[in-house]
Amino acid sequence: MSTVADRLRPMTGHRLFWPALVLVLMIVANTIYRPGFLSIEVKDGHLYGTPIDILRLSAPLILVALGMTLVIATGGIDLSVGSLCAISGAVACLYISKAPDQNSISTVFTALALALGAALVLGVWNGVLVAVIGIQPIIATLILMVAGRGLAQLITEGQIITINSGPYRAIGLGHFLTLPLAIFIALAAALLVAAFTRRTALGLIVESVGGNAGASRLAGIRSGRVIFLVYVVSAACAAVAGFMMTANVSSADGNAAGLWVELDAILAVVIGGTSLAGGRFSLSGTILGALIIQTLTTTVYAMNISPQTSLLFKAVVVIAVCLVQSPAFRATLSRRRNRPMPEPASPQREKEQVPA
Amino acid sequence: MSSTSLTTGRAWRPTVPRRHVPVLATLALLLVMYGIGVSQYRAFSDIQVVFNVFIDNGFLLVVAVGMTFVILTGGIDLSVGSVVAMTAMVSASLLQDGLPAALVLVIALLIGPTLGLLMGCAIHFFDIQPFIVTLAGMFFARGMCTFISDASIPITDGFWTTMSQERVGNPGGNFVSISVLIVFVVVLVAAYVLAYTRFGRNVYAIGGNSQSALLMGLPVGRTRIAVYTVSGLCSAIGGILLSFYTLSGAPLIAVGMELDVIAAVVIGGTVLTGGSGYVFGTVLGVLVLGVIQTLITFDGSLNSWWTKIVIGGLLFTFILLQRLIGIRFK
Repeated sequence: MSTVADRLRPMTGHRLFWPALVLVLMIVANTIYRPGFLSIEVKDGHLYGTPIDILRLSAPLILVALGMTLVIATGGIDLSVGSLCAISGAVACLYISKAPDQNSISTVFTALALALGAALVLGVWNGVLVAVIGIQPIIATLILMVAGRGLAQLITEGQIITINSGPYRAIGLGHFLTLPLAIFIALAAALLVAAFTRRTALGLIVESVGGNAGASRLAGIRSGRVIFLVYVVSAACAAVAGFMMTANVSSADGNAAGLWVELDAILAVVIGGTSLAGGRFSLSGTILGALIIQTLTTTVYAMNISPQTSLLFKAVVVIAVCLVQSPAFRATLSRRRNRPMPEPASPQREKEQVPA
Repeated sequence: MSSTSLTTGRAWRPTVPRRHVPVLATLALLLVMYGIGVSQYRAFSDIQVVFNVFIDNGFLLVVAVGMTFVILTGGIDLSVGSVVAMTAMVSASLLQDGLPAALVLVIALLIGPTLGLLMGCAIHFFDIQPFIVTLAGMFFARGMCTFISDASIPITDGFWTTMSQERVGNPGGNFVSISVLIVFVVVLVAAYVLAYTRFGRNVYAIGGNSQSALLMGLPVGRTRIAVYTVSGLCSAIGGILLSFYTLSGAPLIAVGMELDVIAAVVIGGTVLTGGSGYVFGTVLGVLVLGVIQTLITFDGSLNSWWTKIVIGGLLFTFILLQRLIGIRFK
């Protein structure tokens, strides 16, 4: 028994082990409940099936969560991503709906550029508030989270803007190499972020800023600039996610687009093993986390439970994953299982939740 | 960190203490906004307008008072909006099943604090961030709402309709609902507890520096768990008041209310890192939100989304103000 446990320790100790196990368990449970869950079929040269759907629908969440991972790695948090999704989607759809030819590629690209520009400006706003003025991230981005919904509704004038543009629709529903285009966009973004953070020193710098911004500054890292940068990147990721969300339904709704995506994204990041206190991050963990959330949502839909009730399951998963990752909980468990050890539980935290 | 020593050095000026500045600024803003309203619209000067702000925002005020406790310790409670909705749903559904009103009240008032207690325990014992734990609480409570019913449930119980329609007023025709009186009681009790009891002072001490509080021998864990329970209780009372106000329980009511509540607390001058703030400030913060809504309703040409933009702008102004006057920020 103990030898098996010893042999398993390196594997269970890996930080991706628990998220991966949860995902596999969910897929297995789904397959038992509904044997056709994993089947993929080819129709009109495209692949269809539940796994493909999960991948396609999780693409926006992966994008938002990627940006969020970097922000959280610096010890910050970005609550405004949901509003940014709504704003970028609204700007793009408004421009396309006013254009004479909605199907022209150049119109769509201009719209995307405009919307991305708007999101970048708002990202700069967040970055300035946090890095230059020094406001706590949670409040600095709360401003845009509240006001941004209002701005999105201002842009759409409280209406739902419907568009009929083939190229724009393709962002959400198009196919490329038999797979949905959205998957490739999310994958490209993930690879880009991974290349910049793991193949250059940038990732290390981001982690060091999250570990201790003051110390990194003294070590010669421009902490302010790095913090500023992650908020801009997060805004850009949110903007692209906003395009996907609005392209999926070919309409922009200032109220509903990207609603609560910030919570899902934070959840994905936390499930993936990135600590909310900052200082380390795992991009692959985040992607796993996003897939877990989307699989859970799809499972609940497939079981004919109302979408709102799926929140119940989400709550259970959040608590379970957080407990498993909490060192205090693991210590309690292992103390129960083995003999009672005199090891004192350290009640003090290493860091506050949201350092600026 | 260096600003701490600066503020302690300068805080003892004989003029207004620095920690009162945000509250006074909110008060000034409230008076200016009310003044604008009175000068622009003749009907605004009617005292009933003020009463209506209380009637329409009473439940928000109660929840904001609970949130003040949590934020004073440096935590945050995202579950309040969902707990409000869940309390209203549970009461509506139990009343529909024919339970007596008194029993329903007790059950409804127990659910919120129980959830708060559990969240507080998870935060303290397992050292998980309040943000994530209360996020899970928010999901759980919202999920329970639709689990109880997908559609809104009307309340026809005699006690509830009495509470909803009974008006306490003067012969001049101005009135408040009974809910407003309950709100006043809650606010007064909370203000007393925070200012004059051992528990209240512990809350400030933990928000100021939980390490120091622990070293001083203050019951950090118990207090931290207690504030989430208080917040849960306040949300439950808020839920009951909301069900008095709407006479129904709807699964999607009070979505995003936690943001309004946090905004009200921050505009009321409570610092989000904890340790500084007053219940009175929170009352002012809620009134500011209420007056903005009233102004926008009176104007008629502005749309509802302007409320959000204005609240965002105010949040920005007040946070900047807190920053400028150098209240301890981490």
